[in-house]
Amino acid sequence: MASLKTRIGSLELENPVMTASGTFGYGTEYADFMDISRLGAIIVKGTTLHRREGNPYPRMAETPQGMLNAVGLQNKGVDYFVDHIYPETQKIGCPIIVNVSGSCIDDYVETAGIINTLDGIPAIELNISCPNVRQGGMAFGVNPESAAQVVSAVRKAYDRTLIVKLSPNVTDITQIAKAVEGAGADSVSLINTMLGMAINAETRRPVLSTITGGMSGPAVKPVALRMVWQVAKAVSIPVIGLGGICCATDAIEFLLAGASAIEIGTANFIDPSVSEKVIDGINEYLDRHGFESVQDIVGGLITD
Amino acid sequence: MKKYQYDLRVADNVKVGTNTVLLTLSFDGKTFPDIVAGQFAELQAPSDKVLLRRPISIHDADPDNGLVSFLIQIVGEGSRSLAQAAIGQTVNAVLPLGNGFSYLTAHSVRPLLIGGGVGVAPLLLLGRRLSEYGVRPTFLFGARNAGALVRLDEFSRYGNIFVTTEDGSAGEKGFVTGHSLLLDSECFDRIYSCGPTPMMKAVAKWAMEHETPCEVSLEHKMACGIGACLCCVEDTADEGNVCVCKDGPVFPIERLKWLH
Ligand SMILES: Cc1cc2nc3c(=O)[nH]c(=O)nc-3n(C[C@H](O)[C@H](O)[C@H](O)COP(=O)(O)OP(=O)(O)OC[C@H]3O[C@@H](n4cnc5c(N)ncnc54)[C@H](O)[C@@H]3O)c2cc1C
Ligand SMILES: Cc1cc2nc3c(=O)[nH]c(=O)nc-3n(C[C@H](O)[C@H](O)[C@H](O)COP(=O)(O)O)c2cc1C
Ligand code: FES
Repeated sequence: MASLKTRIGSLELENPVMTASGTFGYGTEYADFMDISRLGAIIVKGTTLHRREGNPYPRMAETPQGMLNAVGLQNKGVDYFVDHIYPETQKIGCPIIVNVSGSCIDDYVETAGIINTLDGIPAIELNISCPNVRQGGMAFGVNPESAAQVVSAVRKAYDRTLIVKLSPNVTDITQIAKAVEGAGADSVSLINTMLGMAINAETRRPVLSTITGGMSGPAVKPVALRMVWQVAKAVSIPVIGLGGICCATDAIEFLLAGASAIEIGTANFIDPSVSEKVIDGINEYLDRHGFESVQDIVGGLITD
Repeated sequence: MKKYQYDLRVADNVKVGTNTVLLTLSFDGKTFPDIVAGQFAELQAPSDKVLLRRPISIHDADPDNGLVSFLIQIVGEGSRSLAQAAIGQTVNAVLPLGNGFSYLTAHSVRPLLIGGGVGVAPLLLLGRRLSEYGVRPTFLFGARNAGALVRLDEFSRYGNIFVTTEDGSAGEKGFVTGHSLLLDSECFDRIYSCGPTPMMKAVAKWAMEHETPCEVSLEHKMACGIGACLCCVEDTADEGNVCVCKDGPVFPIERLKWLH
């Protein structure tokens, strides 16, 4: 049996398979379907400084081989997480990573600072796709300056592994990746959802309450794979790949493109035990090809 | 309540109305879960064009023979492909999900079960469960026309059935809330309802005006069905946005903001 161990900053993972924020609840929702302690890590729902109600219903539309969501970061706030959810997550038995969101730099910093006090949370994933309310609602992650600003501010308040999750809704994602690396990120994860839209022709209305929403699922995989490949060449920190991963083969493609670990999102809705199957499938692939460690295939794409 | 994910074998799949099928799945010896009437399953539609599971109410459950059945109305690709699943084929199911009707604790002796369209589906299992407690409910069904009324023989095993149709081709003409049965508001001590939202809103209004406790089952669009994605929310008076798949699909009407 090959070694599946992988490293993200100072965080060592038993295997490279994590579950993506917003698609796996707080982990326990899936405990009836698989052994969630086997996961490399669970990345929990986007957490903000204050409670957020999120967007009105309808928040979801199925599209060909994908879906749009407009959940709008509904969560009960970081204090509720610390008091009520954090203790439960510590019983799961795999690393728990908190996805942090905000609408201004101060909110990000304060939220990260509170999570910094939790010894059982070894890393945060900073979601910089959120709109910056002080700058006309433009997302932090769409230009290198604002992305670097929020990351360097959080870096000062947060001592453990800092993963920055990149938005694909940009012209050149490598520019953003380099900017956040320079600002002190230990790792980048990509991609977040792609901006999309669905219309009901019969009613002549948008399907989502917010008109536009974030697209995910198999349909985004080729874009995600391309971006992971580009970013892995551009930065020297570990890259975490995600976007449409539904099976072990998809995951291996991301590892070959340069990802040190992967996340599974929308596929959890289709098959609630998929991530366990992906762990086993990667293992089987490594054995079949005679690799001793998953590290042997990270960035192993043959291009000549 | 433990949830299961199973490949279940199609034991039967028959047309029961103009646009509706009765799909029966067999557990073939797998652990049969405890099912509360009003709970649902997330079924993987056997079609390459469908990505997400489809939430479908549990219509009937037969633990002795390891069978669970669903009443499915064909509205799009997912329901169409489920309606065409052949006997012997397997359908992947996640079940039982959500919270059902409160008959276990409600101690209602004269319940009225109001169903509209394919919303009658969960009311059969509810009728069966009530009969196990020695309660004989009354059914009131609304449909577009006589051809859209399905499984009346099965329902009649558990209670008397009254009907309204929009075109008058069966029962009284009009909507359920206009049925003469409701003229005597003292007749019923509780209402359980499932159907199109406008119908349930009218039922909720009637129940509120006549001070009759009432529960409705919502049919929001879902992605995960297990409370993980927050796509299926309904705004409640007590807790704000809650997941229909996990906190519902059945809600007492006073929790909803419909009548505020
Ligand atoms: C808890 C729950 C229980 C349900 N029980 C049953 C049941 O027992 N029998 C049954 O036939 N259906 C039931 N439904 C509705 C069923 O899930 C949808 O009809 C189905 O998902 C449609 O899938 P499709 O691919 O066939 O259609 P799609 O292509 O997804 O949609 C076709 C059309 O139907 C509309 N539609 C889709 N989903 C819904 C919905 N949830 N509510 C209202 N309109 C919708 C769409 O807007 C579209 O116009 C239930 C829904 C929920 C949430
Ligand atoms: C319903 C839903 C909610 C999500 N919520 C968050 C979130 O809170 N924070 C975040 O960074 N990403 C969130 N995402 C994005 C996913 O984590 C992931 O980046 C994206 O879905 C692409 O991966 P996938 O194709 O495997 O789903 C959400 C995605 C979905 C579908
Ligand atoms: S459908 Fe995912 S939370 Fe209800």
